[in-house]
Amino acid sequence: MQIDTPQVLLKNRHLGRPATIDEYRAGGGYEALAATVGKRTPAEVLQLVLEADLRGRGGAGFPAGKKWQGIPADYVGPRYVVVNTDEMEPGTFKDRILVNVDPHLVIEGIILCAYAVKASEGVCFIRPSYESDAVLLEEQSRVAREHGLLGKNILGTDFSFDIHVHRSAGRYICGEASAQIKAISGLRPNPRKGGPRTSVKGLWDCPTIVNNLETLANLPGIVRNGPEWFKSLARSATGSGTKLFSVSGRVARPGCYELPIGTPLREIIYTHAGGMPPGRVLKAVIPGGASTPFMPDKYLDLEMDFEPMKRAGQRFGTASIMVFDQNTCLVGATLNLMEFFTRESCGWCTPCREGLPYVRHLLRLIEGGQGREEHIAMIKDAAKAMRSAYCAFAPGAAEPLLSLFEYFEAEVREHLRQKRCPFGNPPPAARGKACGTRPPDFGPTPCPEDQCPI
Amino acid sequence: MPLPDDLVAQIQHRIDTAGHPREAAVDVMYALQRHYGYLCDEAMHYASRVLGMTTLELESLATFYDYLYRRPVGRYVIHVCDSVVCWMFHQDSIFDYLCRTLGVPPGGTTEDGLFTVLPAACIGNCHNAPTMLVNGRFYDRLTPERIDAALAELRQSTEEPVRCK
Ligand code: SF4
Repeated sequence: MQIDTPQVLLKNRHLGRPATIDEYRAGGGYEALAATVGKRTPAEVLQLVLEADLRGRGGAGFPAGKKWQGIPADYVGPRYVVVNTDEMEPGTFKDRILVNVDPHLVIEGIILCAYAVKASEGVCFIRPSYESDAVLLEEQSRVAREHGLLGKNILGTDFSFDIHVHRSAGRYICGEASAQIKAISGLRPNPRKGGPRTSVKGLWDCPTIVNNLETLANLPGIVRNGPEWFKSLARSATGSGTKLFSVSGRVARPGCYELPIGTPLREIIYTHAGGMPPGRVLKAVIPGGASTPFMPDKYLDLEMDFEPMKRAGQRFGTASIMVFDQNTCLVGATLNLMEFFTRESCGWCTPCREGLPYVRHLLRLIEGGQGREEHIAMIKDAAKAMRSAYCAFAPGAAEPLLSLFEYFEAEVREHLRQKRCPFGNPPPAARGKACGTRPPDFGPTPCPEDQCPI
Repeated sequence: MPLPDDLVAQIQHRIDTAGHPREAAVDVMYALQRHYGYLCDEAMHYASRVLGMTTLELESLATFYDYLYRRPVGRYVIHVCDSVVCWMFHQDSIFDYLCRTLGVPPGGTTEDGLFTVLPAACIGNCHNAPTMLVNGRFYDRLTPERIDAALAELRQSTEEPVRCK
């Protein structure tokens, strides 16, 4: 398909192979770095990013420049940049695509961030199923080093910075910044509650900037072309830049699309992702990864941008769009999400550790035809209690759950009325999960469901 | 059995090049897992000694992470994605088909020691759903036929399996 929107992050997309350093340079790659090291001050780079209003692409949408400003100005000692490539949220695969399209864009972005925050070391945190990305980033970092773009005295200046890859052994909670820092430090990766922010006290107790990989890949463009250019890329009044939308589920052409921030959901799904497959009708969309709510089709004309989504009570998240059709049972889909969240919970705090197996159990009853009216209120209460958990994990899990009842309660009630799944799904088996029939030796903390009193 | 010299050297090199030895904990466990096939007690004790961490600290990692195994696994570990996108395509059938074909329960290993089937959180290949990951390699748009073909190919393979590094 012809894509006529500006391609900034994916402009070097070649079928089945990453762009080489020469290809990257031919399109202006590393010009931003050359125009920065030794020529601009770190404060000037920070100012550009603040003016460009670059917001984090990892889900929370926090302005990147503001995060960088969190480093105490008078701090003397090592500073780190941690590049979050954990990306284990269901529906999200944009960072994998980005690394495999243009590794040097990513590397240049990391170096520019390091320059702005005066970091000497960068850690790319990569999940195990992205092993090929880890290898690619290592190889291309070596190439960058050979070209004098990374390592000691970058481009002959006194700025030195290097990148290494940290391989994770795979748990979703490692995507949370403080948990990621613990994971790199060889500690059990539970999120840290309260206390100083990671920009003050992070890796090895030093100031650490944890940014999503896509966020940093925007830096070369911002530095080279300026904040106004970056803002002009967006289609919405409050947005800036483009965004990688990973589209999956029931669409004709699932994939990763780079489009201006603010592109309406309808256009993303029906124009770029090819619309619904024949015979399918759109029922619901999860707009930004598994921790965002199910949206009914009445929201399809919403601009995909942080602010308009927020105003409509929705969440932009990672902009990883999952499309559900009329034949998919949303109780079953929510149950699947709760299975995921239950298994991936770090188990540290009660609302999450206890709340998730509880709602999962009730959803299993409803999907299996044994649901009762009072279960609806019980689930809603539990979901609300999950909002007061230790980190954003359990509140994130509550989003699709609560939206199921907000927009699709009729479908839940149909399960109660028919005493079975109206879509014909078999009663859910507790297969392959952390509890039930699965041997407890694998995966996360065994769940004591066998003795569950519910 | 003492560990081969090159493995000892490789592990030591990883620890020496890490700013802090603890940062190498997962890498060291991966290296030992590749050698032993899983993290046996001997591996855990060795890792604890070279990393200067207690076995309890390492245990809290080995039992927490999905890609570290404290029990023997097959030559090929099949991580079947069961996140919501893959679910909406395979519902129960792909996972169950795999377990049925191999004659193992979820989490089980085939008698010939070749395959272990594990459910996995999203593996980041949602646009090619339903998918699975076998020793780090993606298998896309699964159907029973494609699963049969993949298993046959793996059975024939004489290649050293690429475990997650
Ligand atoms: S909310 Fe869940 S994942 Fe977060 S700290 Fe609590 S138990 Fe852990």
